[in-house]
Amino acid sequence: MQGYLLRRLIQIIPTLLGITFITFLIIQLAPGNPALLKLEMTGQGQMSDSAVSQQIIEQTRQLYGLDKPLPVQYLLWVKRVFTLDFGTSYKDHRDVWDKILERLPVTLQLNLASIFLVYLIAIPCGVYSATHAGSLTDRFLTLLFFLLYSLPGFWVAVLLIMLLGGGDFWDWFPVYGISSIGAESWSFSRWLQDRLWHLVLPVVCQTYGGLAYLSRLTRAEMLEVIREDYVRTARAKGLRERVVIFKHAFRNALLPIVTLLAFLLPSMFGGSVIIESIFSIPGMGQLGFEAVLSRDYPVIMAITTISALLTLAGLLISDLLYAVMDPRIKLE
Amino acid sequence: MRPGDRPAMKLPRSYRQMVWHHFKKKRLSVWGLRVTLLLFAVALFAPLLANDRPIVFYREGRWSWPVFSGQDKVGSLTWKEIRKGADFGTHPGGSFEKNWVAVWPPVPYSPTEYDLVESLAPPGRDHWFGTDDSGRDVLSRMIHGARISLSVGFVAVGIALVIGIFLGALAGYFGGWTDHLISRMIEILLTIPTFFLIIAIIAFLPPSIYNIMIVIGLTGWSGVARFVRAEFLKIKQLDFIQASRSLGASHLRIIFVHMLPNSMAPVLVSAVFGIAGAILTESSLSFLGFGVPPPTPSWGDILSQSRDYIEFAWWLTVFPGLAIFLSITAYNLVGEGLRDAMDPKLFR
Repeated sequence: MQGYLLRRLIQIIPTLLGITFITFLIIQLAPGNPALLKLEMTGQGQMSDSAVSQQIIEQTRQLYGLDKPLPVQYLLWVKRVFTLDFGTSYKDHRDVWDKILERLPVTLQLNLASIFLVYLIAIPCGVYSATHAGSLTDRFLTLLFFLLYSLPGFWVAVLLIMLLGGGDFWDWFPVYGISSIGAESWSFSRWLQDRLWHLVLPVVCQTYGGLAYLSRLTRAEMLEVIREDYVRTARAKGLRERVVIFKHAFRNALLPIVTLLAFLLPSMFGGSVIIESIFSIPGMGQLGFEAVLSRDYPVIMAITTISALLTLAGLLISDLLYAVMDPRIKLE
Repeated sequence: MRPGDRPAMKLPRSYRQMVWHHFKKKRLSVWGLRVTLLLFAVALFAPLLANDRPIVFYREGRWSWPVFSGQDKVGSLTWKEIRKGADFGTHPGGSFEKNWVAVWPPVPYSPTEYDLVESLAPPGRDHWFGTDDSGRDVLSRMIHGARISLSVGFVAVGIALVIGIFLGALAGYFGGWTDHLISRMIEILLTIPTFFLIIAIIAFLPPSIYNIMIVIGLTGWSGVARFVRAEFLKIKQLDFIQASRSLGASHLRIIFVHMLPNSMAPVLVSAVFGIAGAILTESSLSFLGFGVPPPTPSWGDILSQSRDYIEFAWWLTVFPGLAIFLSITAYNLVGEGLRDAMDPKLFR
């Protein structure tokens, strides 16, 4: 077990280096350079004085090490990242960690609420569907979840805004940001209410897809388990149906359901670019989107690296969870 | 099987017949297949379905086919003026009675033809699905947008298939360090935040539909490669491979003639799901403003416009979204039906 863990941890290193190198290469080789873009943004790049502009570009390039050859730049970056230093943003010179930590809570709130709802609704639905397979309710739920599964998130978001966010139909929910103006000075309970109110639509958009997926998964797993001999044995013993389903069947179907949690790790961190940009939520997805638009390499690299690391960690955790929950599985 | 047929022992069927037999039994999947075929037809015949030129035009004893010939004027009149009822008689050199016959496409507007007078018109007799902010016909843009969506879907998946099959086959067939290297590549691709990376690349490249196809294809092959690799690992052990090897068949022959056809089932299924995924990615990119460059019509692009007029222009939101949803659902249904139908455990 310990040997396995060690080997897996060591394996993470080349993969992570590969990911960061590919990302580094892609964003560095892409046309356009941040020094020029910065110049345009600061508004000093008026066509008038090209010599001065050129000088500023050179200075910016030197400041960020953009004048060195690519492999050197990459190695310098790796060296810094080993000390958990992602550098400072090209855009506003702030530490990348500060920017991330500022955005992370919002994304976490959004995702934790959505994951909680996914598990809360999907598991009962999936179990009910499986135990009543073929019934009208099961057929309805199966169709519903299939349709939900194929619904594009950005369309749902726009539809919800159109229907419930003011305009020609109903004006039930705010559709911009995560707080009302001036909410910082309100009492905590009022602030919380306001925050929850703002999160309703984005949470719905982030929830229904996972809900559909998990419910389908639960149903499939339960159907598999219910056919097993030990479930028949439990029934033959005369146990109550409730006990058979929840104690004997459901526990054995739980495996993939729990391990799925580990895969949610990276999306909990990264957030959703689309949902956050539609609802103007200042979370990680929006940070990434803005970084892409302004070619803020350090921020892009930091987000990719942390996401990848969390994905790898998630894979490892889910494998470990399998072994912990199912004694039949031996990790070699 | 129809009621009149004898339930006779017609069992030795081909694999393809068996798959089709099982696929047919899933009604929803058959519907999915019908919708995909319909979309395909719409994309294929888009210029005949929505065009500002008539399909057939007859005047002064001469027949012409403006849709095909690209003729954009008759005399001094544009097609738009003719459609709106302008009379040749009002122009010098024309006669006074209506002396022409035109067969217009069902949607007599081109996807890029704008008319600011008609901008943001709700669905009605003239514009069935309404118009956008430059007065372009939404239905026409959607019909032509089907071409974009489907071609992105098919080309991107095609690229992913070529890379995935090639690398998966190499890894599964040769094993050893080749397998190690390729498996690591697959793991890297699985671990990278793909959509974020796609946005990053697309934002840096000049806007073009080919870039979108290539980027989606280049980031989407890991699933195919894993399936092919797993199948190859299985098939490699079988007797008929040993037999052909002992007969002196080359590696290439064994891979392409003997092994690949036998590992196509999961590849086909993941390709169908891949098309749905690529359509979704393309429309998301267009929605974020990184899609095909204007004025090319695309479903995601219409949706992205709708955000500016969300208070009232529901037709800009509902119809293109429905098209995206319908096509993704259809491909997913076909994929699910195919997956179940190809599962040998279900063959009896």
